[in-house]
Amino acid sequence: MMFAAAAAAILVALALAMVRAIQGPTVFDRVLAGNSVGTLAILLLAVIGFLTGRPEFLDIGLTYTLLNLIGTLAVLKFFRHGDLAYDVDTETRP
Amino acid sequence: MTVAVAVDVASFALMIVGSFFLVVGAVGLVRMPDVFTRMHAASVIDTVGAGFLISGMCLQAGASLVTVKLLILLVLFLFGSPIATHALAQACLHENIQPRLVEDRRAHRLPPATNADDGRQLS
Repeated sequence: MMFAAAAAAILVALALAMVRAIQGPTVFDRVLAGNSVGTLAILLLAVIGFLTGRPEFLDIGLTYTLLNLIGTLAVLKFFRHGDLAYDVDTETRP
Repeated sequence: MTVAVAVDVASFALMIVGSFFLVVGAVGLVRMPDVFTRMHAASVIDTVGAGFLISGMCLQAGASLVTVKLLILLVLFLFGSPIATHALAQACLHENIQPRLVEDRRAHRLPPATNADDGRQLS
């Protein structure tokens, strides 16, 4: 029963993070909300793994933790340099 | 009160506290006035919320491989979310997003100092 309450709380937090993702005036609000949605999804995966008695969901959560971090950094790199293939060594400074 | 019941009660209490702080962090994410303060509220989700929730689940799982994987997940959260927050804050400052401050004490905006720390007069 407590896992169902934890899952409900995670869903409420997910809805609130989606409100910020839709509403955020700057793009960095949306990146922040996206990162939080990823973290909350991983926690929801762990709780659902306990609810259904399948511990394999934790492996998916571990993988997605790393993907979430790399995705956030990739989006930020794209916004800063305009190019995902930006290389600081070959860039000529003005 | 057997040990199994005590572990159950402790794990449920930890999970309730963790869920509460998840909702607190998400409400802060919606209601904070500025992107920098929202970053601080979102970090509550990653550290306190996830920490308590994963601790409660570890107690439920007992001594097994599930606990090891949950602890690895917690370590990844504790290392990964400051990296993302730091990169996001640097990106915001690079775009010259001004934080909403009552008193601006940043180093490049302070007026030049007229006194040294030990009272000497600087020119």
